[in-house]
Amino acid sequence: MPGKLKVKIVAGRHLPVMDRASDLTDAFVEVKFGNTTFKTDVYLKSLNPQWNSEWFKFEVDDEDLQDEPLQITVLDHDTYSANDAIGKVYIDIDPLLYSEAATVISGWFPIYDTIHGIRGEINVVVKVDLFNDLNRFRQSSCGVKFFCTTSIPKCYRAVIIHGFVEELVVNEDPEYQWIDRIRTPRASNEARQRLISLMSGELQRKIGLKVLEMRGNAVVGYLQCFDLEGESGLVVRAIGTACTLDKLSSPAAFLPACNSPSKEMKESPLVHPPSHGCRSTHNSPIHTATGSRLTQNFSVSVPTLIYTGMGSGSAGKEGGPFKALLRQQTQSALEQREFPFFTLTAFPPGFLVHVGGVVSARSVKLLDRIHNPDEPETRDAWWAEIRQEIKSHAKALGCHAVVGYSESTSICEEVCILSASGTAAVLNPRFLQDGTVEGCLEQRLEENLPAGCGFCHIPYDELNMPFPAHLTYCYNCRKQKVPDVLFTTIDLPIDATVIGKGCLIQARLCRLKKKAQAEANATAISNLLPFMEYEVHTQLMNKLKLKGMNALFGLRIQITVGENMLMGLASATGVYLAALPTPGGIQIAGKTPNDGSYEQHISHMQKKINDTIAKNKELYEINPPEVSEEIIGSPIPEPRQRSRLLRSQSESSDEVTELDLSHGKKDAFVLEIDDTDAMEDVHSLLTDVPPPSGFYSCNTEIMPGINNWTSEIQMFTSVRVIRLSSLNLTNQALNKNFNDLCENLLKSLYFKLRSMIPCCLCHVNFTVSLPEDELIQVTVTAVAITFDKNQALQTTKTHVEKSLQRASTDNEELLQFPLELCSDSLPSHPFPPAKATSVDYSSFADRCSSWIELIKLKAQTIRRGSIKTTVTVEKASPMGEGNFRNRSAPPCANSTVGVVKMTPLSFIPGAKITKYLGIINMFFIRETTSLREEGGVSGFLHAFIAEVFAMVRAHVAALGGNAVVSYIMKQCVFMENPNKNQAQCLINVSGDAVVFVRESELEVVSTQQPTANCQPSCTGGEVTT
Amino acid sequence: MTSELDIFVGNTTLIDEDVYRLWLDGYSVSDAVALRVRSGILEQTGATAAVLQSDTMDHYRTFHMLERLLHAPPKLLHQLIFQIPPSRQALLIERYYAFDEAFVREVLGKKLSKGTKKDLDDISTKTGITLKSCRRQFDNFKRVFKVVEEMRGSLVDNIQQHFLLSDRLARDYAAIVFFANNRFETGKKKLQYLSFGDFAFCAELMIQNWTLGAVDSQVDDMDVDLDKEFLQDLKELKMLVADKDLLDLHKSLVCTALRGKLGVFSEMEANFKNLSRGLVNVAAKLTHNKDVRDLFVDLVEKFVEPCRSDHWPLNDVRLFLNQYSASVHSLDGFRHQALWDRYMGTLRGCLLRLYHD
Repeated sequence: MPGKLKVKIVAGRHLPVMDRASDLTDAFVEVKFGNTTFKTDVYLKSLNPQWNSEWFKFEVDDEDLQDEPLQITVLDHDTYSANDAIGKVYIDIDPLLYSEAATVISGWFPIYDTIHGIRGEINVVVKVDLFNDLNRFRQSSCGVKFFCTTSIPKCYRAVIIHGFVEELVVNEDPEYQWIDRIRTPRASNEARQRLISLMSGELQRKIGLKVLEMRGNAVVGYLQCFDLEGESGLVVRAIGTACTLDKLSSPAAFLPACNSPSKEMKESPLVHPPSHGCRSTHNSPIHTATGSRLTQNFSVSVPTLIYTGMGSGSAGKEGGPFKALLRQQTQSALEQREFPFFTLTAFPPGFLVHVGGVVSARSVKLLDRIHNPDEPETRDAWWAEIRQEIKSHAKALGCHAVVGYSESTSICEEVCILSASGTAAVLNPRFLQDGTVEGCLEQRLEENLPAGCGFCHIPYDELNMPFPAHLTYCYNCRKQKVPDVLFTTIDLPIDATVIGKGCLIQARLCRLKKKAQAEANATAISNLLPFMEYEVHTQLMNKLKLKGMNALFGLRIQITVGENMLMGLASATGVYLAALPTPGGIQIAGKTPNDGSYEQHISHMQKKINDTIAKNKELYEINPPEVSEEIIGSPIPEPRQRSRLLRSQSESSDEVTELDLSHGKKDAFVLEIDDTDAMEDVHSLLTDVPPPSGFYSCNTEIMPGINNWTSEIQMFTSVRVIRLSSLNLTNQALNKNFNDLCENLLKSLYFKLRSMIPCCLCHVNFTVSLPEDELIQVTVTAVAITFDKNQALQTTKTHVEKSLQRASTDNEELLQFPLELCSDSLPSHPFPPAKATSVDYSSFADRCSSWIELIKLKAQTIRRGSIKTTVTVEKASPMGEGNFRNRSAPPCANSTVGVVKMTPLSFIPGAKITKYLGIINMFFIRETTSLREEGGVSGFLHAFIAEVFAMVRAHVAALGGNAVVSYIMKQCVFMENPNKNQAQCLINVSGDAVVFVRESELEVVSTQQPTANCQPSCTGGEVTT
Repeated sequence: MTSELDIFVGNTTLIDEDVYRLWLDGYSVSDAVALRVRSGILEQTGATAAVLQSDTMDHYRTFHMLERLLHAPPKLLHQLIFQIPPSRQALLIERYYAFDEAFVREVLGKKLSKGTKKDLDDISTKTGITLKSCRRQFDNFKRVFKVVEEMRGSLVDNIQQHFLLSDRLARDYAAIVFFANNRFETGKKKLQYLSFGDFAFCAELMIQNWTLGAVDSQVDDMDVDLDKEFLQDLKELKMLVADKDLLDLHKSLVCTALRGKLGVFSEMEANFKNLSRGLVNVAAKLTHNKDVRDLFVDLVEKFVEPCRSDHWPLNDVRLFLNQYSASVHSLDGFRHQALWDRYMGTLRGCLLRLYHD
């Protein structure tokens, strides 16, 4: 009996009128936990009852404490008939189970009914007394902290990052049980809500146990999902990254909170919660549309088909001595792990060494009834299979780990597509195991990886590449090879050197498929998958080139299966990485020569494309430093020089003469227009309208190129459903409809949020579902964040001045790490070795040893300083702006009591997160049988989503928090039956409840940070504070 | 491709002031879209008509959901569903309870009943205000009336407390409630020149001086009902005109004091008895409900119009009324000085306000 749960029901307000005669209500409350129920007295004739109950005490196992939700039911007492339920509140008491989080839950909770929605509020106080449990074989895992945030939470530091944890539990879906035929919809909905709540609790507890086994104390990047498999059951599964976290003892040591994560990184050398830290890249297997064939291998064995989106190929041989060395180091750390996966998308500095590319695997499965819920082996086996696949892909890329890892499903009837994707990466073993941290501090300080480009360097062997790729020497350090394009699923590393701003890039695709049953259906789907994946990649690549950019971050490809179609939606944030070569242009080639008008048409299109690229470069301020040819061209052996020489649109016209030679190595992209389909594709390329001026958008945490966030944020969810007329169901029409749907949705968002200009839509998350034959539903959740316009102007001005040359401003930072090649140093040092000035950290040896050595935390700070420096060098780059950030950022306006902010990001601009109160994971069902009266489908869903937000806010407020970070709406399943005037919707949301303090409210901590004890170079970082 | 469902929900509820105004003004979504297009918003923002349509629908839906809460503004403050900054909440409430001058003049003093509601069609046609907007305004009047009519304490305070209106708007509502309760006639043709502001001004004076609340702040309905006893007592003032000596004395006192100071002295002298009779008779008649309702008609007929036809400047009216009121104190035979002051003090204020073209 290791715990005592105490509950007090204080009062209610705004209750609905339950007795028509008196226009009042005789309310009382039932408090239930496990199998124990308490009741309050009936408070007669009031809509604002004051129960002020005694403390109801439940003596329970901590196992139950973790699994069970506290269930509070408000009823109307009726002397003659059954008492009527007004509504319920479920309270997850998990946050009370670990010491650092909330100590009491107290506040007003909306009383929720699945049929009527919110019906008044109830004031409840909940406390838990935990007794020490000495039983070693306990089943509970109280004390393990959970975070949805996919980076190391702000007020913690990672001592060890243990790795992947996963678990799934299955059950029968109450909606499909026989009893459902005789019970009311309300009873059925409540049974479902309760069951899922229980299953989530159980899942969390089991994952917690695994974490304890690994000797961790927290799960970061916790992602829990439901698969509503219909007849065959209900699956709740979760993945996460087990860590050992240390709470940073003195929050005072922090600088006033960061406007952006980058700032936070500087706060203390011990902290490296660079939530936006690392990223990886993905080499798309498709480098030229015409040249390379699709290299995916997928085994077809009906009904289980595995399709892998990544290039195959044998594991690369060890490329160089460093790589071998590195591999040895990290392998030992990762070997014992079944799956060296990390759900993190941002990492402590130094954690991510190299990035190989995106790895993904999909598998089509036929669902059958889960016979024994206690042994969910089939589902486990399915996922194990996919993970194995991912692991082998990562190996093929010469990587031993996968970061930014996520899993998803799409279910239609009995077919289920399981997908997993992540970014293959080479990691620094320092964080992966215990006890190795000692030693060689000084060395480490110097051994930093080249800032801003190290992660771009290929981890695989260039002579034995897993897929055809075009390698060049890194444009940053000139030492290592980099691919021409990088795709990744992670956030942009904080230290990455980026030129210009980023932008949201989406690939959208529909494919019709015949309606079919069971295995035939599964086969049809798996046959379509590779083609879809190929086209999605082609589209992404085209759009990326059209934007004049060379890397994608936060890539998320969602394939949705419907009755008669498949939809693919890929979202990512495009950026121009300074380390990677300038992307070539897009060349259009016609298949029918000698046709005058056709040629003319082609050249017209070509011109349009060229114009678009030029325009985009201007829009996103992509002005890469000019690089003289000898430097990039001559020293690099270019065995794979393309014979097809293409005009490159990438360079501005005045550079063309100088850059003649380098064109040869630019892999221009050729689109062959051989049929109408291709024509459509080209057209669709050009239809994407850039956001109106003052708006930027990205799907990563922060917008590359913008740092000067101000404090105004607006999180929103927008849902659209369109009905396709069944007549026009061709692939093209479908594509167009889908494309229009997404584009119009974005346009609407820009219009709605126009008052926030200048602002950026961050973490734009699109979800597509196909609820019925002819319906397409798109759900978008994102946050709009304002930024300081003056600084934005500054940037643009800088750009204008760019031609005047950058040299003047460089000196702002005294300490520069030469890793970043400032362009002005280039002319004077035409050869790579010469470029390394005072401190050459980028040399091979240094890099090599840095892999081997564990880097002390302090070193990170230094590096960060260097990052800053680098940025200043590239004036165009966003981070330079950081230096001015504080000066112009206006203090935030009043923070009204009771306001709860919600954001999908892991941070709050202009504020500092001081405490994590626990995970919020809520599941709601809403149903109506009076759809028209509630304003139709739009009115119904609008009200429901508003209610969900309200309930999330209420729970956060009751925990004592004022914000939810890393908020995500994981599921929004909407079903309607207008003929019956009915609709039903299920929503699942999660996030981390936190307390934040406005920067302006924090005492200004002196700039003398603990960082001072490291090298003077730290000052580089401090300048920004 | 048709949009089946199209919603946008922000953690902070987005309120577009322009759309809110269109909604309050009772325009349909399509009319509102047309009006917004005309405002040039498409050119400013580069949006399409479809975007505007979707945006307008969305706002309308939000307002529709908020309307229930706006009916009891304190609920808007305590509800959890819509997160709205306090300044925006105040704006929502204030605008929702704002009313059109043209509309309020039509219903001021009328019984806020179903019968009047039926006439809203005509009012809408007459004023050019949409029927929807008329209904909202009427319902607001009625709602406020119902809530505060039987309450004790200051009328304005009660309204402010229960509807969270600004001081100004609360005062206006107090006037509306006061007029509706006492059913003062305001619609007659000869009263058409008066604005709502004129009436509201009078209402405030009357609430301050003529209601139960003026003497006792602890009674129900204190600010809504006129002090019956006071009205009864007003009969006593009749002697001022009935007693010929008193009337002559009064006249001579006034004339002596004002000689040379009034541009319209002779007219005043000639009309004194008529005017005085008029004013005192109005007082004496206030025992009957019917006559209470006609108070403003009588004042205009008996005082404003005669003066106006003689082209009294406003300042002369003021001088006259001041002297007229004050001189009574020198009438030895008249014992109801306090009563006179309570009556005349208010009436003087009202008359001065009512005296304009």
